[in-house]
Amino acid sequence: MQFPFLSVIVFTPMVAALLILMINGERKNEVRVTALAAATFALMLSLWVYFTYDKAAGGYQFLEKYNWMPMFGISLYLGVDGMSAPLVLLTGVVMFTGVLISWGIDDRPREFFAFLFILASGVFGVFISLDLFMLFFFYEIAVFPMYLLIAIWGWIKTREYAAMKLTLYLFIGSVVSLVGALAMYWASGLHTFDMLALEHANLSLAFQKLWFPFVFFGFAILGGIFPFHNWSPDGHVAAPTAVSMFHAGVLMKLGAFAALRVGIMLLPQGAKFWAPLIMGLALVNIVYGAFIAMVQTDFKYIIGFSSVSHMGLVMMGFSTLTPIGMTGAGLQMFSHGVMTALFFAAVGIVYDRAHTRDIPKLGGMVKPLPLVAIAFIIGGLVSMGMPGLSGFMAEFPIFMGIWEVRPIVAIIAATSIVVTAAYIMLAIRRVFFGKMPAEFEGHIGAIRPQDKVALVFLCVIMISLGVIPALMVPWVQSGVQHLVTLLGGA
Amino acid sequence: MDFLLSHLLTLILFFPALAALVILFLPSDEVRVIRWTALVASLIPLALSVLLWTRFDSSAAGFQFVEQYPWYEAIHSTFHVGVDGLSLTMALLTTLLTPISILASFNIKDRVKAYMILFLMLETGMLGVFLALDLLIFFVFWEIGLVPMYFLINQWGSEKGVRTLWKGVKMQARNYASLKFMIYTMAGSLGLLLAIQMLGVLFQTYDLPSLYQRWNALEGTLMGMPVATVKTIAFWAFVVAFAIKVPVWPFHTWLPDAHTEAPTAGSMILAGVLLKLGAYGFLRLVLPLYPAQAQQFAGALAFLAVMAIVFGAFASYGQTDFKRLVAYSSVNHMGFVLLGIAAAAKVGLNNSDFALNLSKNIALNGAVLQMFNHGLSAAGMFFLVGVIYERTHTRNLNDFGGLFPLVPVYGAILIITSMASLGLPGLNGFVSEFMVVRGAWPILTIYTAIAMLGLLFTGAYILKGIKQVLHGPLNEHWAHGEHRLTEINAREIIVMAPLMVLILVIGIWPAWILEVINKAVMMLF
Repeated sequence: MQFPFLSVIVFTPMVAALLILMINGERKNEVRVTALAAATFALMLSLWVYFTYDKAAGGYQFLEKYNWMPMFGISLYLGVDGMSAPLVLLTGVVMFTGVLISWGIDDRPREFFAFLFILASGVFGVFISLDLFMLFFFYEIAVFPMYLLIAIWGWIKTREYAAMKLTLYLFIGSVVSLVGALAMYWASGLHTFDMLALEHANLSLAFQKLWFPFVFFGFAILGGIFPFHNWSPDGHVAAPTAVSMFHAGVLMKLGAFAALRVGIMLLPQGAKFWAPLIMGLALVNIVYGAFIAMVQTDFKYIIGFSSVSHMGLVMMGFSTLTPIGMTGAGLQMFSHGVMTALFFAAVGIVYDRAHTRDIPKLGGMVKPLPLVAIAFIIGGLVSMGMPGLSGFMAEFPIFMGIWEVRPIVAIIAATSIVVTAAYIMLAIRRVFFGKMPAEFEGHIGAIRPQDKVALVFLCVIMISLGVIPALMVPWVQSGVQHLVTLLGGA
Repeated sequence: MDFLLSHLLTLILFFPALAALVILFLPSDEVRVIRWTALVASLIPLALSVLLWTRFDSSAAGFQFVEQYPWYEAIHSTFHVGVDGLSLTMALLTTLLTPISILASFNIKDRVKAYMILFLMLETGMLGVFLALDLLIFFVFWEIGLVPMYFLINQWGSEKGVRTLWKGVKMQARNYASLKFMIYTMAGSLGLLLAIQMLGVLFQTYDLPSLYQRWNALEGTLMGMPVATVKTIAFWAFVVAFAIKVPVWPFHTWLPDAHTEAPTAGSMILAGVLLKLGAYGFLRLVLPLYPAQAQQFAGALAFLAVMAIVFGAFASYGQTDFKRLVAYSSVNHMGFVLLGIAAAAKVGLNNSDFALNLSKNIALNGAVLQMFNHGLSAAGMFFLVGVIYERTHTRNLNDFGGLFPLVPVYGAILIITSMASLGLPGLNGFVSEFMVVRGAWPILTIYTAIAMLGLLFTGAYILKGIKQVLHGPLNEHWAHGEHRLTEINAREIIVMAPLMVLILVIGIWPAWILEVINKAVMMLF
């Protein structure tokens, strides 16, 4: 039997969280170093899994199965395919950089890192679960620590409101999905939560049409789909930096991914029926999100709404149900994850020093924080789909997918590119260039080496993916291959 | 040597980007080292393109030095580059103007490192457009070039100048200009992007040589519309994207702002090369992909070209800002390029009339040569404006006057360059403008006639510029004391020297360059 990589990945953060809780809370540096060691270990493992995944063979690999409640057909069943392998890597990346960026947290770092790691465990779990029950299990584990992280360490003005709003939204969503999942369990007659078995359950068309919206939209709430998106900017803004990174970088992908895995993969006929509606809503996400981001004056809200806009592209890619469009969506999940992690890291660094996120009050940050400015500019270019960077590599196939299905939607969605360019360029100029307000003179300290490592690491990923698409595209393509079979070769 | 020759285009294309990477790791206060590294690094692509020029077989048809590597296999895009006479000429222009502009920016003192990195990235971006034989690669480089230019304008642009927007909101002029440049071009490229995506979905390839054939052979209906309708829409999507870049009236309004606010070297590259990207797009993509639509709408293109020529000249005449005057002259001169293209389009693909075909060829040759020539003279003019601005800190023509005796060498150089721009026989501008007009005359007689009236005003605004700066009563302010105007220095003369030599050489003996261009445009469509 091979080394159980996946269970080690899932439980590393969990175990690390327990270890961290055992350290004396006053010894903050030991807490940080332990956290970093665990995050590095998880990153290494996820890199290993990603690069050793046999993309020529495709399908689910690194399989592990342990019975848990055999009488209900529940087991801890883990495996990655080409769709989830990049997301596991993404989680590793965000966890690693998130720990680096949170080095400066001084208020109860022990509890902070512990909660953050429980969250990470849940996220890993959702991406690699092949058992429907376990997927929900990990999903709830991922959502709950979010509440505490935001409510305790968040931005004092809105944290309680935002934490409550976010948690309620997501719980309602997951309950709705759970109902759908249980319906599948009973209707299939297989008495198993094994998703690989459920894929071949041959559920009736009427059943699929009825239950698809429950499952899909329940999860898509976490993916930020319109009109259920408005928990997300509030949540992003209220959360502390590393949590925002996790939240926008990974958690929103969790929603999109679960909507794909449980919704589209288990109920493909339902997906075909509802695809036009999803496409319409995603279009609203893309265009409306971009316009709303344009008028924000809070630095973090700009990024928050840009996430809404970009996650719309992921949903849009799914809704095309074409190989090329879904490949793009898979790539966009990764690219957007890295990009927003970088954005929130940069915003956090600026906020920690200036103590304001109000754009008119900021300016001239490039002098004291040159690396942050460069990183933010690179992220901004990714976000506006500049060729040569990962965003273009992801968005282009999505658009090609839309062209195959509904050309007019591609034309409307493309307007968002210009709007995005405008708000990103304006934000860059107002925050980083121009005259620095007098009160900041001499008060903006340099960044820590840890921050530098995190920022450079994220930038390198975005650039290398944009220049060499072969670093990720074949993985996603092999995952999409399976999707296409399920959809009946569509 | 074999390696060098078989990878020549990739080397030319990526050398500047590599050099930028090296500069990134140099210490930022070693300003001299950075400057010289950048200059040397930009001379190497020039040397390589001269080598390319000598090894290029101008009698052979088709693309040469072709290289093709897998790039984005999922969407069937390959990294495919190659040159014909058209792209070769443009690549030479780019690699020539870049070191000149870098030398011209030796007076930049603020954040030299970032400046040089952006400049070299810009060179890679521009070269990529000229060398690409894959539609997606073309687009990639087309967009990449925007970013460095945006930052060059809004970080190193002129610090003075305030623009009042609606509701009395004030904005620094360079910020306004750079954002306008960026948004205008990106919005213009949207249609191009969408049309490219459509082509990719349709044919599952972005390879230009195969698209030329398959797209033209396509018939029937597409997305519920006749193919001709789709082609017409896509044609206009391409045209708008390129017309904005050229820029063609009425899409030119970003240009005077961008030029005026850009740093001197930025304006040189903007006028010298960036505008050519648009014209190159017309030649490389619009004509071969849409010959029928181009023929159908040739009149409209000619109309826009003539408007650009006439209005460009009038607008230029009306300026009191020296740099704006030169900026509008670009609109005027690039109008001739489009006129030549429109004339060729009007004749169409397989016209049996020998005389018309000859005229078409002359017009196209003229258009390409005009691109090259305008690159030389516009870069020179912007540099000369920069030279005097640096000394006087004003660009207002009314503040000058009678400066010739104070700065005779500068005056002489300014006059020669202006005359090239005016189209004085014996200098390069005359050759190309004559060819365009000669070629277009039998095809689009009335438009050409109006354009020639426009040429009259070209003379007027250029003479106005010279008169206001060099002649007339001396403005005593510049004659004495601390404001005493200093003569053009050695570095600045070295910047101007290659431009002036080429201006003269092409004016007297254009055959060496036309030989290369001619074969390419005959094959073009």
